[in-house]
Amino acid sequence: MTTTTTTTTAIPGAPTARRRFWQRYGMLAAGIGLVGFMSLIALAAPLLAPYDPTALNVEILFQPPSQAHLFGTDGLGRDVFSRMLYGARVSLWVGFVAVGLSITIGLVLGLVAGYFGGLIDELVMRLVDVMLCFPSFFLILAVIAFLEPSLVTIMVVIGLTSWMGVARLVRAETLSLRERDFVLAVKLAGAGSARIIFVHILPNAMAPVLVSATLGVAGAILTESALSFLGLGVQPPQASWGNLLMDGKEVLGVAPWLSVYPGMAILLTVLGYNLLGESLRDILDPRLRR
Amino acid sequence: MSSLNTAFLVRAGTKLLWILVVFFGITIISFWVIHLAPGSPTDLQTDMNPQATPEVRERLAKLYGLDQPLHVQYLNWIGRLVRLDFGNSMSGDHRPVWDKIKERLPLTFGMNLVSLLLSLAISIPIGVVAAYKQDGWFDRVSTVFVFLGFATPSFWLALLLMLLFGIELAILPISGLKSLDYDSYSMFGKLSDICLHLTLPLFIYTFGSLAGLSRFMRSSMLEVLRQDYILTAKAKGLPTRQVIYKHALRNALLPVITILGLSVPGLIGGSVIVESVFGLPGLGQLFYQGVMARDYPLIMGNLTLGALLTLAGNLLADAGYALADPRIRLRKRDA
Repeated sequence: MTTTTTTTTAIPGAPTARRRFWQRYGMLAAGIGLVGFMSLIALAAPLLAPYDPTALNVEILFQPPSQAHLFGTDGLGRDVFSRMLYGARVSLWVGFVAVGLSITIGLVLGLVAGYFGGLIDELVMRLVDVMLCFPSFFLILAVIAFLEPSLVTIMVVIGLTSWMGVARLVRAETLSLRERDFVLAVKLAGAGSARIIFVHILPNAMAPVLVSATLGVAGAILTESALSFLGLGVQPPQASWGNLLMDGKEVLGVAPWLSVYPGMAILLTVLGYNLLGESLRDILDPRLRR
Repeated sequence: MSSLNTAFLVRAGTKLLWILVVFFGITIISFWVIHLAPGSPTDLQTDMNPQATPEVRERLAKLYGLDQPLHVQYLNWIGRLVRLDFGNSMSGDHRPVWDKIKERLPLTFGMNLVSLLLSLAISIPIGVVAAYKQDGWFDRVSTVFVFLGFATPSFWLALLLMLLFGIELAILPISGLKSLDYDSYSMFGKLSDICLHLTLPLFIYTFGSLAGLSRFMRSSMLEVLRQDYILTAKAKGLPTRQVIYKHALRNALLPVITILGLSVPGLIGGSVIVESVFGLPGLGQLFYQGVMARDYPLIMGNLTLGALLTLAGNLLADAGYALADPRIRLRKRDA
């Protein structure tokens, strides 16, 4: 009985301050740790890799993990550990470029729609609605298959199909910011629209964008790995975690290690960005605190 | 009463108009993107053939109507679409696209529906308990699982399960829909054979939407628990069970309807991956094959169907929301 009374009388969403602190900053630390670790690996891949990631060696096909080959070797005798280190570069690169692109598009369209309103707003928001109704993975697949799959195509296509959330977010933020007194003051001082939008409104709308960018990196990494897994992403001999898994799938019974480690790398990286994003949201955006 | 009807008609009309706009938007963008991309279905048929002269290519292009301006091709395509004619496939057996889609629709649709019901049945209780005992042990454990679920690539999990259940334990088939000796089985044997083949794919489908749904359910429930009417219900001395499951849950379920409507594109994309991993003859696999063969009519057919399903999902979500929420259903009557 006592337990029910305490839980029902406590205001939902208000745990003790100390626990809140550890929860929030623990998540942040874990996120930074994972993301930092994976980024470091990606940057230092050439230094860390014990073997050339594309060097073939017919004498050591399908070697299980050992001291010489930490994660074993694949069907062409390539060192899986080295290939995974280089795969980290692909993930990092795709994540940042694709999200950079989608954030840029989303920011510009959201700012313009929110600031000018009227017909422009209506058009942009309807475009957002149309894009959201797209079975976007279908479209991404189709486009990439037609454009010859490559790292650049993937980054561009992911970027072009994932800006809608940011646009909505920034528009809503801009709608409320443009009514604020400081914007009126700048306007009276004679600033032009472009200056108001980019110098005065944009910086104030950045916090939620940062959060959604961080979560977006996680999404882009997952999409890239799925595409590469289907053979429509990064093309061999270049290694990506997704195409390592594609190779592994064919020889699941013979060389299971090929299917285990790359997926773990994806999981840890995506987990890192998600933790980072969620804790940033918690810290930067007091309205969303729960 | 008549004001209710007019208001309803106006709303329904606007909605329908909007759906048409989105539909044409999607098909025009898809058509444009796919046709502007370099390479054409005739390439695949002629590249391998050393005797294919430019004239042969031209004749092929003419046969498929690819020599006409893009807007003419689009209008022709729309004209046939009205009669449910998606055109003939340009690759493989050249059968009508609609026939190909029709025979694969039940598997993909059924799998998605069953897995959606399963994940609702699992995620709603998880979300409710996690929210009610916020920051309790269950909430913490489920939060960890949600984060892991969000970060796990479904195809990797599929590979791991295939490894465990298909190869190590050898108790579940890992590929296809039927065993090789399927035809020799009895009625019951056939049924259980298909069920066994669908177990792992169904698990992957369900897992895919579990994390998101239970997280969503949790925050929706938290939101509701904060409302004054919950406090009132508690103050009246109603049993906790009744407050949670009658007052709170009903209200917390409303936003879930919307989320379900919006999740259709994700489900469609997911079926490409799941069906490709498990070699299931569904729509996702059909689309994948179409993309690989640059089969314009097949790709457009699938994209159109995907768009229609998404729009239907949105519409159903709106209608469901209106049905479930008296504030929306009765809005005009009060005015």
